[in-house]
Amino acid sequence: MNGAGIIQGMIETARNFAGSYHDPERLTTVQYPEEKLPPVENARTIPFLVYDGGDAMAGLRCTACTICEKECPPQCIYIIKDLAKKPDYVGKMQLQPKVFDIDMSVCMSCGICVEVCPFDAIKMDQVFELSTSDRFLGLLFHKEQLAKPNGYFSQLHKTEAAEIDARRHEDKRKAEASAAARAAAAKPLPPGGVK
Amino acid sequence: MRGLDQIFVWIGREVAGWAPAPAQPLVSAILIIAGIMAVFGTCFALTTIAERKILGRMQNRFGPNRVGPCGLFQPLADAVKMLTKEDIVPFSADKTLHFLAPLVMTTPIWLAFAVLPFGRNMSALDLDSGILFFFAIGSASELAVFMAGWSSQNKYSLVGAMRAIAQMISYEVPLVLSTVPVLMLAGSLSLNEIVAAQGTHTLGGLARWNVFTPWGLAGLLLFLIAATAESNRSPFDLPEGESEIIAGYLTEYSGFKYALFFLGEYLGLFAITGLAVTLFLGGWRAPFQWLEWVPSWLWFGGKFGVLIFLFIWVRATLPRLRLDQLLNFSWRFLAPLTLINLAVAAAWHWTGAWESAAAAPVRWVLCAALIALPAHWLGRALRGAVPPPRKYHYAE
Repeated sequence: MNGAGIIQGMIETARNFAGSYHDPERLTTVQYPEEKLPPVENARTIPFLVYDGGDAMAGLRCTACTICEKECPPQCIYIIKDLAKKPDYVGKMQLQPKVFDIDMSVCMSCGICVEVCPFDAIKMDQVFELSTSDRFLGLLFHKEQLAKPNGYFSQLHKTEAAEIDARRHEDKRKAEASAAARAAAAKPLPPGGVK
Repeated sequence: MRGLDQIFVWIGREVAGWAPAPAQPLVSAILIIAGIMAVFGTCFALTTIAERKILGRMQNRFGPNRVGPCGLFQPLADAVKMLTKEDIVPFSADKTLHFLAPLVMTTPIWLAFAVLPFGRNMSALDLDSGILFFFAIGSASELAVFMAGWSSQNKYSLVGAMRAIAQMISYEVPLVLSTVPVLMLAGSLSLNEIVAAQGTHTLGGLARWNVFTPWGLAGLLLFLIAATAESNRSPFDLPEGESEIIAGYLTEYSGFKYALFFLGEYLGLFAITGLAVTLFLGGWRAPFQWLEWVPSWLWFGGKFGVLIFLFIWVRATLPRLRLDQLLNFSWRFLAPLTLINLAVAAAWHWTGAWESAAAAPVRWVLCAALIALPAHWLGRALRGAVPPPRKYHYAE
């Protein structure tokens, strides 16, 4: 019959119209500022720096090796090395960044810095409400803004963080064990000699 | 209730009564004009928000819900946005025509409201040839559309205007022809007379609206389809075709002029909806005799609202036609059917004299078949008229 398809379509839209009032399941829109979807583990937006312990600047994992700076495709990372060294988690002395800036207006969220970092020091964040009234300095993040605790990282990316923490724990244990062994080997014989 | 029915007439008469006697006709005319502009201006604002909300719901969205409670102040925000926008006139445009087009679009449509009877004794201008005046005034919008398209010096504008002209002229024919049976049977061109002709009741108390007859129902459907095309609404919104020709003849318009086009389009829709109510749905009359106590303007408003909702519903449902489909539909389906409908109305009129118990149902079935069978055949022929798939010789 002529127009049967039109009537079918009209019934469908009428069903949507009535259904959207009594069946909230149909409305898939999330009312954003008031409601938010729970974060997805693999989501990533911009990079941030991970630190261990309570002091952000002292606990930064970054060793200012500048691999990320060199690899960054849009060249948005800017690092100046601090020559004063500090011990890392296994007790080895490492350099640290004096300046670590990321220009978020240039960053394209590719995550290459994260992939190349050998120290697990830079990771991807999930923040997205970055709007600012100053689009130049307001989007140039310094290391103080970039530094976030390891606890925050393990909240965002649970699986990856657990893996990294286990590996670092193992490294630390090995380092301690070898240090102990070395200490034991280097120790002078006790008085009285070997029995 | 009698007082509520005539409240606007009474207010108008009282206010005009304060003016000195020689100025009274002028004051009363100004009052009526102000009333119509206020009511339909508000109607425009409310329809924009209602349309967006309803479209949203029909697509399982919320629609605008940010400005004010439930998004009700959205029209205000839109108005502020439209009026504060920069008014851009293209460098190579014909400045005068470019400026005049929105005015030519909007002004005549306000005039069309003059002849519509909104309630008992509530017709601004009781012309003997009201419907003729309505269509004469209404066709000015074609001129405006072409002025806009031509003066913009933009290929999208011109293509949009060409499409609009082709469409509006094609659909003007079924639009006018579908009203002719009403005029024939009412024996008058005056809209007040046409409402009066639908004012009697059958034995059950049901009003004798034109829509309750086979030719009236068919006429209303044909009229509504043609009206949708005349007011450039989806699924006949080719002249604007955002996805193909940006916005058609509106491409080079911004700010207040764009808002005027928008206003003109909606007012055209309102006017033609008001005409559909008047011609087929009994105007301001109640559907049953025992409902006559409800104020007449409420009946008009109610029917008007239902038809507007129908237009929005259709817009939410149907996709846009192609130009050849559009013109085929008008010339091969609507125009012949409106002509056949004339004959059906004549048959209905002559069979009215039958006097037997079985006369009413037989008459109904006969007239319904007279319009339904041609509609079926024309529809099949129309589907057969689709050209064969295009053969490409060089491109694969």
